Amino acid sequence: MYRYDSYDQAIVDARVEDFRDQVQRRLTGALTEDQFKPLRLMNGLYLQLHAYMLRVAIPYGTLSAAQMRVLGGIARRYDKGYGHFTTRQNLQYNWIKLEDAPDILAELAKVEMHAIQTSGNCIRNISSDQYAGVAADEVADPRPWAELLRQWSSFHPEFTYLPRKFKICVIAADDDRAAMRLHDIGLKLVKRDGAIGAEVYAGGGMGRTPMVAPLIRDFVAEDEIVAYLEACLRVYNRYGRRDNKYKARIKILVHELGADEYRRQVEEEYAHMRTLGLNPPREELARIRAFFADPAYEDGLSDTVDRSDPAFALWIDQNVAAHKQPGYAIVNVSLKPAGGIPGDATAEQMELIADLAERHSFGELRVTHAQNLVLPHVKKADLYTIWQALDAVGLAEANLDLITDIIACPGLDYCSLANARAIPLAQKIAERFADTRRQRDLGELKLKISGCINACGHHHAGHIGILGVDRRGVENYQLLLGGSGAEDASLGQITGPGFSEDGVVDAIEKVTDIYVAEREAGERFLDTYRRIGMKPFKEALYG
Amino acid sequence: MVEFLSFRDGDAGQEPAVTVEAFTGQSNATAVRIEPSDDARELLPYLDRISMIEVNFPGFGDGRGYSAARILREAGYVGELRAVGDVLVDQIVAMRRCGFDSFHPDKALDDDAVARALDRYQDVYQKTTDGRSPIWAKRHPEPADG
Repeated sequence: MYRYDSYDQAIVDARVEDFRDQVQRRLTGALTEDQFKPLRLMNGLYLQLHAYMLRVAIPYGTLSAAQMRVLGGIARRYDKGYGHFTTRQNLQYNWIKLEDAPDILAELAKVEMHAIQTSGNCIRNISSDQYAGVAADEVADPRPWAELLRQWSSFHPEFTYLPRKFKICVIAADDDRAAMRLHDIGLKLVKRDGAIGAEVYAGGGMGRTPMVAPLIRDFVAEDEIVAYLEACLRVYNRYGRRDNKYKARIKILVHELGADEYRRQVEEEYAHMRTLGLNPPREELARIRAFFADPAYEDGLSDTVDRSDPAFALWIDQNVAAHKQPGYAIVNVSLKPAGGIPGDATAEQMELIADLAERHSFGELRVTHAQNLVLPHVKKADLYTIWQALDAVGLAEANLDLITDIIACPGLDYCSLANARAIPLAQKIAERFADTRRQRDLGELKLKISGCINACGHHHAGHIGILGVDRRGVENYQLLLGGSGAEDASLGQITGPGFSEDGVVDAIEKVTDIYVAEREAGERFLDTYRRIGMKPFKEALYG
Repeated sequence: MVEFLSFRDGDAGQEPAVTVEAFTGQSNATAVRIEPSDDARELLPYLDRISMIEVNFPGFGDGRGYSAARILREAGYVGELRAVGDVLVDQIVAMRRCGFDSFHPDKALDDDAVARALDRYQDVYQKTTDGRSPIWAKRHPEPADG
């Protein structure tokens, strides 16, 4: 894992004092709420329905056991004993007092964490593949580039007041586990003639106008990415729309100009940027890459696992993924227990996972955009011990990528933007499909719920998506089918008129019944939908 | 409180600034005012006869002026570059990094707060034209000649 040097630490420490100063000015009344708002937003502090919400950055979703333990401690001391892992691989605390925020940041800074640019119209936390560094199918570990971009984007002087927020994702495998093409800019590392570089996609996003990002450049050399991104961002900063916040994301600019014209403008700017010496030298990338070297794996370990406990065997089949190193496995810890709140973890659960990471995963953890956690380097011989420990705290749900592994935004229970509740609906769906055999029979089925059109719950990218709307004061849920955030990225289509909360649970059941009746061998729900189209589903729902 | 802040040696430009349109028309003016929707690159052919460019920020959240400033400095402009309008203390550092060297905000700034802000971050991650050596350069100093 990356470790701060004295430069990185000094910046994060200075930010704590900076924010302490700003909060102090707010508390004494020297700043009005209007003046304070852009400052607190630049540091991840939102005023929500009931309290302040603080969003902590987890760069590219990688964190250490020590960091996780501190996150748990903050949840206990300053929140109500839990935190919420988000679709941006971050952590949110929902019950924060303004006067505590500087102290929380100071605690985070001690373990090399911060909340810099987790909100505001700036470059947000860089996201990445949760299997980075352990997946067999990647061309390189994408995290050194993500860290390079974290540093480049931190307090970037030109891009702090963009037209709208800006999300960058870096992956390095054909399997896209991070919804790369639904980001403002997606980078996919590729190898060409033995050299590493990036394919650059721009203009993806969800929200009220979802777009899958088009390819803007098929290769930028690995050590020229910073200058190329400066060009992409400068064109956006200058020409992105500022007259209407709902049309201000880069996806609208790319769409209105067309990918070809946006590309032309970027290339023109890039020709200029290349002359300015903006790229860190190769030695800097090498310095960062050294932090992400493989841990000291043991050689010659057995791949055999005793599967005699059926519940354990089920969990292995569903939640454990292949690791590049023989004898090791990737463990997914589902934060979607039956009846739970998707993505929530208690202080005790965080601390237990920190202990497990320390003992069994070289002290390392990951957060996924599906709001689950990952122990990335587990010896297969330790799997049973880990499963038992997880089971004891309610974290051994064997439902990764199944219908109850639901992505849901905080919804109307917390969020001041929401039109409808998302959490109780997720719980009802999980209850309806609680039968493990039924879930497994339905197979991979990504169900995603947003409580409003801003789409934090990624409903456009759900094999089944649900969008909560307000219809004359009553919560109403629209159903979408056929979305995907993976390498086969696509946007879901609305089935038709919306449903009540209970009605949409019934509707999901009807839709899955059609799938079961129509599927051909080996087809996932998404494959069947793509083959037979919307019509049979519509007939079942409204016929 | 401070109404006008300058990091330049010598006097600040006093000549009233004209619009980009008026300037590129036929004006002999040496001071120009850039609005957010103006293209700073239109001024590049004339930089050697401009002594002051003011960049207007009608609202602090409109960040186009940061790009305008960098474009001018990257093109070699060395005259006064002044930020005017809704310029707040918490933006001075980023504006300095983009090349602004004087400030005339709508509302006067607290000198102490400005001094604290300018003093707070010792190092920076990005290279701009402000002459500061980015952290990556400090981590990998160029070997001395010979």
